[in-house]
Amino acid sequence: MRRGSIVQLIVIGVLAGAVASAVALIPNWLPTSASREAGRIDFVFWFVTWICIFVFSIVAAVTIYSVWKFRSKPDDDSDGPPIHGHTGLEIVWTAIPTLLVTAIAIVSAIVLAKNDAAGANPLRVNVYAQQFFWSYDYPGYGNKTSSILRLPVDRSVVLTMHAKDVLHSFWVPEFRQKQDLVPGLHPTLHITPNKVGTYPVICTELCGLGHALMRSRVIVMKPNAFEQWATKKGK
Amino acid sequence: MTSIAEREQHPVHHGPPRPPGGLRRLLYPGFLRAAWMAPLFFGIGCGIVVLCRWWGGWHPIWFGEIIVLVGALTAAPIGFLAGIGAFDYWVRYAIGSPTQPEDHSGHGAYSWKDYFRVNTDHKVIGMQYLATTILFFLAGGLLAMLVRAELAKPGMQFFDNQTYNGLFSVHASLMIFLFVIPAFAGLANFVVPLMLGAPDMAFPRLNALSFWLLPIAGIMMLSSFAAPGGAFAAGWTGYAPLSVHQPMGTIFFNMGVQWAGASSIMTALNFLVTIITMRAPGMTFWRMPLLVWANFTTSLLVVIATPFIAGSQFFVMFDKVMHTHFFDVAGGGYPLGYQHIFWFYSHPAVYIMMLPGFGIASEVISVFSRKPIFGYRLMALSLMAILVLGFSVWAHHMFVSGMAPWLRVPMMITTLMIAVPTGIKVFSWLATIWEGKINFSTPMLWAVGFVSMFVIGGLSGVYLGAVPIDIHTSDTYFIVAHIHYVLFGGSLFTIFAGIYYWFPKMTGRQYNEKLGKLHFWLTFVGFNLTFFPMHLIGTQGMPRRVSDYAPQFATWNLFISVASFSLGASTIVFLYNMITSMRRGAPAESNPWRALTLEWQVTSPPPIFNFDEIPQVVGNPYEYGVPGARHAILSGDRAATEAEVRSH
Repeated sequence: MRRGSIVQLIVIGVLAGAVASAVALIPNWLPTSASREAGRIDFVFWFVTWICIFVFSIVAAVTIYSVWKFRSKPDDDSDGPPIHGHTGLEIVWTAIPTLLVTAIAIVSAIVLAKNDAAGANPLRVNVYAQQFFWSYDYPGYGNKTSSILRLPVDRSVVLTMHAKDVLHSFWVPEFRQKQDLVPGLHPTLHITPNKVGTYPVICTELCGLGHALMRSRVIVMKPNAFEQWATKKGK
Repeated sequence: MTSIAEREQHPVHHGPPRPPGGLRRLLYPGFLRAAWMAPLFFGIGCGIVVLCRWWGGWHPIWFGEIIVLVGALTAAPIGFLAGIGAFDYWVRYAIGSPTQPEDHSGHGAYSWKDYFRVNTDHKVIGMQYLATTILFFLAGGLLAMLVRAELAKPGMQFFDNQTYNGLFSVHASLMIFLFVIPAFAGLANFVVPLMLGAPDMAFPRLNALSFWLLPIAGIMMLSSFAAPGGAFAAGWTGYAPLSVHQPMGTIFFNMGVQWAGASSIMTALNFLVTIITMRAPGMTFWRMPLLVWANFTTSLLVVIATPFIAGSQFFVMFDKVMHTHFFDVAGGGYPLGYQHIFWFYSHPAVYIMMLPGFGIASEVISVFSRKPIFGYRLMALSLMAILVLGFSVWAHHMFVSGMAPWLRVPMMITTLMIAVPTGIKVFSWLATIWEGKINFSTPMLWAVGFVSMFVIGGLSGVYLGAVPIDIHTSDTYFIVAHIHYVLFGGSLFTIFAGIYYWFPKMTGRQYNEKLGKLHFWLTFVGFNLTFFPMHLIGTQGMPRRVSDYAPQFATWNLFISVASFSLGASTIVFLYNMITSMRRGAPAESNPWRALTLEWQVTSPPPIFNFDEIPQVVGNPYEYGVPGARHAILSGDRAATEAEVRSH
C-alpha cells in the first residue's frame, strides 16, 4: 500500500470513530444511576462500548475505503488480484477478537460476582407478582405489606421473588437490576440503592392482557424516614 | 435418478398426463381431490374424537377445542396433502400397486399451472418456496405495520391488548417460521443441486412434500386470528405457563410450528443426502461453493435442533388440552423447563436463519469483487465452529430467568466466543472486497449492506452476551433492535441479495437494475431509521411487547413508526420490479455475472434435468483472476458457444 492510502484509511477510521463516539456520548443512553450495582453495570456498558467503537471504526474504515476506491470502471472486465488468503492476517483477526471478548468476559464475571454478593445485614423484602400488579412485604417488620416498594438509601437489600400465576419480571431501570419471577421458584435479587428518589418498577416479561400496565413504584428514602414508615402500623 | 444416457433412450414425458374428464377427475391428484379429501379427513378426525370421548365417558362429547385440534389442525391438512397427491407414490408402493420409480411426469413446469401441483423438480419447488414465503413475508410485514400504528402514540389507539399481543406474536412467527427459514430453503432448493452438478435433489418426492407442508403451517398461524379468543398472544417464544392459559389460538401456534418444523427437517435431510452423495465427479468437499457449505451446516443444525421446539410445543399443548403438568407447578411441573427446551432449538435457529445468508454473501461478494473468496477453508471451518458453539449458548436467553446462577458465566463465555468465528467471516469478506474490481449491481449492494448491518447486530450481540449488561437490557427494545439488525439487516438483506443474484437464472429474464438499486437504498435508510433508535429507548427503559408506554418515549416512537411505514413502502418497489421483470424483463444470458460456479454454466433457466452431460469438476469455485483457472468442464460448453455465436 502507498503511504497516501494508509493516511486516507486512518482518516476514515478516525472519522467513523468520532461519529460513533458522538452517537455514544450525545444522547443519554442510560437512565439515572440509583444503586451501587448500577454503577458497576454502567462500567461494563462503557467498557464494551469503547471496544465496540474501536472494532466498528476499523470495519467502517475498510468498508468505506473499499467502496470508494475499488469500484471497477464500467467497461473494465478484468479480474482483481488472485489473493487466496494470508495466514498471518487470519491469525491476527482470530487472536485480537479472542483477547477482546476474553477481557469483556472477565470484567463481566467480576461485576456479576460483586453484584450478586449482598452486603452485611441486608434488608429482606418479599416481592409478589400476579396479573397485573405488584405487592411487597417486609419480614423484618412484622410482615408489613405495601403496594409501593419503599427502601432505605445505602443499605443492601435482598428481594425474594414470588410469582403467583405466570412469569413476570421485576425491573427498575435506575437500579439496572432485573429478575424474572417464576411460579415455584424463589430467586433473589440484590440491590443497594444509593440515591433518594422515586423510580418506576416495570414488568418486562409478557404476562398477558395487562402486561403493559403492570407498573409500580420504588421510593428510596432516608434511613430514618424508612424506619418511621416501616414501624408504623398499617399501610 | 437415471443417468443422462439412460434418459436419452427413454425420453421423458413433457409435463404431467392430461387429467381425465368427467367424474373421474375427482380422483385425479390436485386441488379438486383435495377439496373433498380435506373435509373427509376432518370428518374422520371428528369421528375419532367423538368416539373416544363417548367411550371414555368424557363430557361434553363434542368439545370444540379438541375438534379443532384433531379435526382441523391435524387430520384435515393430512387430507389436503393426500388430495393434492403428495403421498400417491408412497401409498401405491405400500399397498403393492405397480409404481414407476423413474416416473418423471411430475417434473418440470410447462405452464403456470405446474406451479400449483405436487411437482418434483427442485427448480419448480424452489420457486414455489420463494413465492409462498414472500406472500407470508408481506402478511408478516403488514402485521408489523399495524404494531407500529398502535405504538405511534402512547395510550391505546386501534387495538385492545389481546389483539395487540396477537399482532406481534403472529408477526414474529410468520417472519421466522414462514419467511426467513423457508425462503433460504427455497433459494438453496433451486441453487444447491445446480451448484453440485446434480440433476435434482436426492429425494424429489420428499422435497415436494416438504414444500406443501409450508402453506398449511402459514395458513394455520394466520387463521388463529379467527379463533375464539383471538390469535395466540404469548409471543413467538410462547413461554409457559402463560401460553397454557391462553385461548384456543395457542393451539394454532403449537400445531403450526409442528407443520413448519416437519417441513424444515425433511428439507434438511434432503440437503444432507444430496450434498453428501450427489456431488459431480471431482467436486470434493473442499471444492464446494460456500453456499453449499452453509446449507450443509444449516441442515445439520435443523436436523439436530428442530425436534426440541416440536417437543416444547407438544408439551404446552398437552398441558392445555390434556391437563398434563409439564409446566404447572401445582402438578409438579417446571416452568423453566420450557425455556431450556425452547431455546435449545431457538438459539441454533438463529444460526439456521443466518448461515445460509453467510453462504449467499460469500458467493455474491466474490463474484462482484472479481476476486477469490479470502481464506476459503477458514470460512468453511468457521461455519462448522458456529454450528458446534451454537449448541452451547442457549441459556444466554435466560440470564434473568431464575435458572441456576452458576450457568451464567459459562454461557457468557461460549456466547462471546461465537464472536470470533463470526468476526473471521466478516474480516474475510472485507479482505475479499479489498483491491477487488467491485461491480455495485443490486446483489452486491445488498451483500455489502448486509456486512455493514450485520456488524452492528453482532456488536449489540456482544453487549447482550455480557451478563451485567444483559440483566439491564433483557426484554427491552434493545433486544428488539438487536434481533432486527441480525434478522432483517442480516437474513433479509442476504435473501434479497440471493433473489436478485439468481433472478436471471431462475426466470431467464433480467430484473430492472434501477429499481433494484432504489429498493436497496429505500430499505437501507428506512431500516436504520426504524431500528437504530430502538437501541436507545431500550437502554433508557422501554420494555418490549407493550401496547402502551411512558410518555418520555413518545417522540422516538412516533419517529420509529413513520420510518417503519417508509420501510414497509419500499417493499412495493421490490414487488413491482419482480412482477414486471418476470413478465417483460430483458432475456438473461446464461452467465450475466461471469461467475464460475456450476449453476451459471447452464442456460437461464436451466434445462429440465439441469445438465445435458455430467460436469467434471476440476478446480476451486472462486478462482477469479487466476489465468486459465476452471471450476468445471462441460464439453459442450454453453457459455463458450454462446459467446462465439454473439461475436459472429
